[in-house]
Amino acid sequence: MAIRIEIGLRVGVPDARGAGVVARAGAYLKVGLAGCEVRDVYLVDAELSEGEAQRVAVSFANPVTQVVARDRLEAPKDFSWLVEIGLKPGVTDNVGRTARTVIQDVLGRELGAYEEVYTAAQYFLWGEMDRAGVERLARELLANVLIQTVRVFSRDEWAVAGVNRAPPAMHDASVPVVRTFDLEVSDGELMRISREGILSLSLEEMHAIRDYYRRAEVRAERAAAGLPEAPTDLELECIAQTWSEHCKHKIFAARVRYTDESGATREIDGLFKTFIKAATVEVGKRIDWLVSVFSDNAGVVKFNERWNVLFKVETHNSPSALDPFGGAITGIVGVNRDALGTGVGGEMVCNVWGYCFGPPDFAGALPEGLMHPRRIRDGVHHGVIDGGNQSGIPWARGWERFDDRFLGKPLVFCGTVGKLPVLVGGGPSERKEVEPGDLIVQAGGRVGKDGIHGATFSSEELRQESPAQAVQIGDPITQRKMYEFLIEARDAGLFRALTDNGAGGLSSSVGEMCRLSGGAEVDLTDAPLKYEGLQPWEIFLSEAQERMTLAVPPERWEAFAALAKRRDVEVAKIGTFSNSGSLRVWHRGVLCGALGLDFLHDGCPRMEIPAVWERRKVAAPRALRAGDRTGWLVKVLGALNVSSKEGKSRSYDGEVKGLSVVKPFVGVRSDMPSDATVMRLEYGGREGVALAEGVNPFLSDLDTYAMAASVVDEGVRRIVSVGGRWDRIAGLDNFCWPDPVVSEKTPDGAYKMAQLVRANQALYDVCVAYGVPLISGKDSMKNDSVRGGRKISIPPTLLFSTIGKVDDVRQAVTMPFKQAGDAIYVLGLTRDELGASEYHRLRAQAMKRPERMGGAAPGLNVEVAKSLYHAMNEAQVRGLVRSSHTPTLGGLAVAFALAAMGGQLGARIELSNVPEEGAGLDALLFAECNSRFVVSCAPERAAELEAVFRGLPCARVGEVVSDPELHITLANRTVVKAGLERMRKSFRRSV
Amino acid sequence: MKPTILILTGYGLNCEAESAHAWRLAGAEPRLAHLNDVIEDPTLLRDAQGLMLMGGFSYGDHLGSGLVFANRLRTKLREELQAFIERGRIVLGVCNGFQILTQLGMLPGLKGDYFAPTVALQQNECGSFQNFWVTLRFEEKSPCVFTRGLTSMELPIRHGEGRLFTADRAALNQLQRKHLVPCRYADPATGKATMKFPHNPNGSEKAIAGLCDETGRIFGLMPHPEAYLHPENHPQWDFQEVRGALPETGQGLALFSNAVEFLKNA
Repeated sequence: MAIRIEIGLRVGVPDARGAGVVARAGAYLKVGLAGCEVRDVYLVDAELSEGEAQRVAVSFANPVTQVVARDRLEAPKDFSWLVEIGLKPGVTDNVGRTARTVIQDVLGRELGAYEEVYTAAQYFLWGEMDRAGVERLARELLANVLIQTVRVFSRDEWAVAGVNRAPPAMHDASVPVVRTFDLEVSDGELMRISREGILSLSLEEMHAIRDYYRRAEVRAERAAAGLPEAPTDLELECIAQTWSEHCKHKIFAARVRYTDESGATREIDGLFKTFIKAATVEVGKRIDWLVSVFSDNAGVVKFNERWNVLFKVETHNSPSALDPFGGAITGIVGVNRDALGTGVGGEMVCNVWGYCFGPPDFAGALPEGLMHPRRIRDGVHHGVIDGGNQSGIPWARGWERFDDRFLGKPLVFCGTVGKLPVLVGGGPSERKEVEPGDLIVQAGGRVGKDGIHGATFSSEELRQESPAQAVQIGDPITQRKMYEFLIEARDAGLFRALTDNGAGGLSSSVGEMCRLSGGAEVDLTDAPLKYEGLQPWEIFLSEAQERMTLAVPPERWEAFAALAKRRDVEVAKIGTFSNSGSLRVWHRGVLCGALGLDFLHDGCPRMEIPAVWERRKVAAPRALRAGDRTGWLVKVLGALNVSSKEGKSRSYDGEVKGLSVVKPFVGVRSDMPSDATVMRLEYGGREGVALAEGVNPFLSDLDTYAMAASVVDEGVRRIVSVGGRWDRIAGLDNFCWPDPVVSEKTPDGAYKMAQLVRANQALYDVCVAYGVPLISGKDSMKNDSVRGGRKISIPPTLLFSTIGKVDDVRQAVTMPFKQAGDAIYVLGLTRDELGASEYHRLRAQAMKRPERMGGAAPGLNVEVAKSLYHAMNEAQVRGLVRSSHTPTLGGLAVAFALAAMGGQLGARIELSNVPEEGAGLDALLFAECNSRFVVSCAPERAAELEAVFRGLPCARVGEVVSDPELHITLANRTVVKAGLERMRKSFRRSV
Repeated sequence: MKPTILILTGYGLNCEAESAHAWRLAGAEPRLAHLNDVIEDPTLLRDAQGLMLMGGFSYGDHLGSGLVFANRLRTKLREELQAFIERGRIVLGVCNGFQILTQLGMLPGLKGDYFAPTVALQQNECGSFQNFWVTLRFEEKSPCVFTRGLTSMELPIRHGEGRLFTADRAALNQLQRKHLVPCRYADPATGKATMKFPHNPNGSEKAIAGLCDETGRIFGLMPHPEAYLHPENHPQWDFQEVRGALPETGQGLALFSNAVEFLKNA
């Protein structure tokens, strides 16, 4: 019988959790609670003696602040309602897992494999509410009913309710069986198999699979091995996940017929090959610091003689839409494993994140089944905060964008920078080798049903019936233990290769690794399970978290396993790598499937996708007459996409490791976003890593070519702004697109595909011109939601993340003005490019015609930009630049305002001095043109600065003043006059 | 001879690199050892002059920050720790390490009882984890060997549970009377201890940022001195540089240097 333990706070101890519930209920749901008290419940499902149970109960509580009781703690006085929230069976219970280790420590003995602890929380509520109101509060604030159970009691009901000691254990008595699928059926039947199995396979792909099983040699081999003629469940599932859009990037690999606006067509032999890979190959001919690109879990570049750095950014959109906390924490700890799984094992340096959400203050009608964007935002932040903080990895970059079209699917980007010693064990650390005969070893967490079909599911649009089991919940502590163990094992030479278990679980990690040896014999019998009842294919496909797959030479297995035991990390042998050309999977002596590697990896039929570009007319808002723009500047500063995101960001740990130089927030009050961040890699070292990004989904409404060109430029110029070398920048491309394949569901697919082609063309053009290699990237291509009969597609979004090098971090430059009397310069040309700018979008909204936000999109002159960036570096190295800030959203006006607020100093600016080409007042203030900087310089060195930029667009436009006011004139007439505090108030309005 | 400082690792503690760097800069010999290795071989502890419990998220803060790690120390190493203190060694706990020391009872260790908890570090008043820089004001009369001669310092805080609380008013009075509060959160404008957010980041009673025991050899604090070893760690180093006021090293080093000085003279 399980024992129940309830823990509450002593009388008089402040209850911050309860106070938080009251505050959020009021702010978000407009529910006035008179009070809330939170308690913890533990259900211990283990064989304990009475004495042991008592010792365990006491050890779960802090005696200074908490009281503990078995079964029932006396209920607080006069409460109105009690909500008890537990986890559904099978959902990862991280706290329960920790409580289990406490029991082992207290009792001094190990618990049985399936003896577990389950946690729940009790919310005692005070206030006038009916049951429906309490249930709504529980559903919309306290619980996610997809993964949690909710029980509501009135005070009277609680008084008579029996003590619930039933643990939410998974009970599944099914015996392992291997089913087969008959593919010799009609096309309709084939598609039913694909759909109902969440295989996401197209009819053409189903045909290809059927034809494989018809081959004579395949039939002969199967007969010899004792396998049925038809594919087994494990085989079909394994093929489906290997061929999923998520893993195979079929759209980026497809042949594309692109028709431009003139009607001319061009055949493109794969977007990835033609644009992304080709750009890196081209740039790679001119540089010598690429170490490993496209072939591993993350891209690797040289940092110095001792270290290489690696960088990977991933998205976790679909899971975050269903369970924002679980989806997001899995996103961040998942990309950490990509870094760990690079080369012979990467070490963590820092995390980056970025999110696109619906507006948190959205008040319109939400399609049924979608979560409110505020709730998604809170949950996603919470997940990445917990994931990063608990893993001891500082964050370095973070950004948010908001648009109604992200209501259907939020975008959750998570990235990790890692480092690898140049040499490990006497060889290059980026090597990846597996020898036939090496043991296949799984390390880390246990296998459950969590996350089954994650890869195929994310390759579909979000539907009402999207499966809850597609959600996993990460456990940063289990992963941290595994990480430390694996780095220790790496340095001791105890394994040969490793990779992470992400989408597709073992089927993907083993499937990929065994290509290096030429085959694998997998035996799932000893894979550690969370509970009984998993089918072999489920074990093979499960995306249960915190797991790495390794190749361990047999002679090192004993030492490897012994170290794992000392570090409290579970490891298990699950087979042997071979060179047979096949991936074969066994379970308890039964062969569950065998697949030829050639077919598995290269048998997927190639898609052919049409793309038709048309330039859509987007009207601009009516022009305003010249005059004072102070009000508009203050509005732009407070706009959702421009205003400060500091509130949430402060809950991320940015200082662990003590290596930060330019932090995410800078300025006298540490409240202005920096252009890029800089950190050291080595204690006491001079060299640093600079990180930045460019992202602008709004420009996609005009032209994705301009969008992509602009985000590449933004990512590059941000690095240059802080002092990063312009010739040592690498980029990562993360595409998030709506489904671009024309179909009944997507009649405008050819246009969306053309948008994708144009973005890729720009990426190629600008990266090759700048000499920026693309070292890693990912795409997520089904960001549509069909719920409540409404289809919402995201705007095409390209996140361009950049990593650069700073030779001497002490020369890094930050964005705030530093001293009154300094001269202010604008570098780079301003043009009449207000299309889709923050200003035009606000103006259009104010006119109640939000679609009329058009105008010219920002252009890009790569030759001028390159010269400018080169000159910037020279000025920085010579110590001429006191502050540097590159304008992005909101243009020059916002740039002046932020630099002034950062320094708590005023500025006087005369706009007629700004280098421009056809720019009127609004463009001078608000156009979001590329390749520009606002810099300040000590007046006595102004001539030197001007000499460095001779021949380039560069002009002195004003002066830093001590008077705390931004005063901008055009031909001596005031166009902006705003005090710092007024601007700050707008900018810092809390999102 | 350089004093040896044992830094415990494992289970989610995560400031090993910067903590080791701090002790090395201060002239000590840091030795990183996994908790399980020390349990198996307590000579690792016996041979050290100092013990550091660093920051991090031991066991994910599940069941309360520091509780589970403290439980493991209490069940596996209690006698060893008692003997370590009696031999005149020093103990430093930072952030999660401080939480572990209070969960054990080693801080404040009133009446020389190092295993009876009397204070707790509760969830921040604002309800969430916070990371920003605070100003500390040091207590001149404190017996703490780590803070000798210090007056004030800026350091980062990074925690969700740092609000010192005790229902035992007598204990709270004793802490103050015996000067066992070596550092408090202060308002940078006035230099005085404050209860106001954000200068007091968590609502800690009496603005307490750190505690020591009566010997002054056991010290714990929420802010992170090991995160301010480079001058460029300071959030306004860029302004300090323009003013010509950039220090040679990060100020956090002073706490470690004091400890090493004490050990060398002990």
